[in-house]
Amino acid sequence: MSDTLRPTDSQSLQQGQPLLARIKRRSFFMYAGATAGATALALAGCSKDETTPSSSTSGNVSFGTGDASVLNYAYALEQLEAAFYAKVAALTTSPLQPAEVPYFAKMALHEAIHRDFLRTAINRDFSGNIIPDLTPKFDSIDFTKRVKAATDTKLGILDAAKAFEDLGVAAYNGAAKLFKSAVYLGIAGQIVSVEARHAAYVRDLITPGSFATNEGTDVLGFDRQMTPAAVLTVAQAFVEQTLNGSTIGQ
Amino acid sequence: MNFLHIIDQLSAVDSDALDRLDTRRSVFSSLTTVAKRTALASAPALIASYFSKAYAGTSAGDAKDVFAYALTLELLEEDFYKKMIASPYFSGAPTAAQGAINQIKKHETSHVALLQKVLDAIGGTKPTNITFKSATFATLTSFSAQLTIAQLLEDTGVRAYKGRAGDLLGLADVTVPNVGTINPLQSALQIHSVEARHAAHIRTMRMQSSWINGNGDLDGMDHYKGAIPESTTTQSGVNLIAANSITPNTTYTAKDAQASFDEILTATEVLALATPLIGA
Repeated sequence: MSDTLRPTDSQSLQQGQPLLARIKRRSFFMYAGATAGATALALAGCSKDETTPSSSTSGNVSFGTGDASVLNYAYALEQLEAAFYAKVAALTTSPLQPAEVPYFAKMALHEAIHRDFLRTAINRDFSGNIIPDLTPKFDSIDFTKRVKAATDTKLGILDAAKAFEDLGVAAYNGAAKLFKSAVYLGIAGQIVSVEARHAAYVRDLITPGSFATNEGTDVLGFDRQMTPAAVLTVAQAFVEQTLNGSTIGQ
Repeated sequence: MNFLHIIDQLSAVDSDALDRLDTRRSVFSSLTTVAKRTALASAPALIASYFSKAYAGTSAGDAKDVFAYALTLELLEEDFYKKMIASPYFSGAPTAAQGAINQIKKHETSHVALLQKVLDAIGGTKPTNITFKSATFATLTSFSAQLTIAQLLEDTGVRAYKGRAGDLLGLADVTVPNVGTINPLQSALQIHSVEARHAAHIRTMRMQSSWINGNGDLDGMDHYKGAIPESTTTQSGVNLIAANSITPNTTYTAKDAQASFDEILTATEVLALATPLIGA
């Protein structure tokens, strides 16, 4: 399958609309995670029906310590992303536009490769320390909707993809400094820029030209970073098990 | 100043200098063309700064060096977009395309401003007079030709930041006046992923996939090669494409595997690509 894209040049940009909020620079570096994307996920998570995890999927997932914990953290997020895109790819009737379907299939493969690589590497380097398979909980995503309407309580596929990708970028950016080994940092750097490419692609589908639009308290030209605690608070809404990341990086 | 002569001198006092500088034999073979040698010789200050970079890479942690390197590339990008916006082809481009270039240019300006402040705070030397060579820019006689260079600059920038991240690992936070307290590695990565967003968008403007899968019209360029090329399908010793290698009963294709991981360029490799573009 060739990755041929539709042109974006013909898409209109809303002129006169302030693309970028001017933010005090200092606020950026104190930024800890209350982003629009994260908020969207958190709100979606709140809107879900409360369900009691079944006994087979309940449990406390501890990420451990040291580099293994940071890799486990990445592995958890990649599991979620891979599961999300796999579900999108498996839809018999997709609300996505026909041209978008093959791209989502590619992103599904990229995330599956990230997940499977991380599982292989963790098992090789930190045998016995890997987190279990997470059970995803996507009841706050409406897989029949491409983009949510203003009155919808659930995220559409593009909304969820954007939120997952932006969250992933912020997570890698915030956790990189926790690595002890430059080898694992290097791997994280190789993955995060692919996540950023995904994020830009999905954002442009929702709003043409929004590939790196800054929102909220972001500083112009700088991507977000979030602590593991902030990221897992958001991610928890999409996982049956209880995520305990309190020792990540320690 | 003769670039190759400097290397000879370094080799005389440090027999490992060539190995450190040349992780890729083809870097130097590619420098043997007269044009490139001349281009390198015309930017002596830059070259000098890169020598310390090559050495810094051997021992973790000279933030001054990494941030000067980053600033050099950001200045080049910023000036390139300034020239794009000032070019007679710009007004003929679609409105959305103009908006994207204007936005990316603002980001590069913001990167430059932060990197300059950081270098001031840590006592580093700020590179100056880094501009995209006017004569080279003049050869780009259409908006789409300019976008080609924009893609190469952005994708190279992503690889350049990625290649220096390890040098920043473990460095203490820095207090930067008028900015706040930053973690050097984290700040560099927050730029790195935005460069990837820029690259993705420019690639879509050029009808290319947002990610580097080997099908791109520029994928044969040196910018996508190097000691660790973008076509790499083994990561950290893990073969991603061998049958049943990372997933039972699943075999990933080489193109999907290469698209899943971006790759680094060393400072030396970036130098070989960027220096011919720098000049008055």
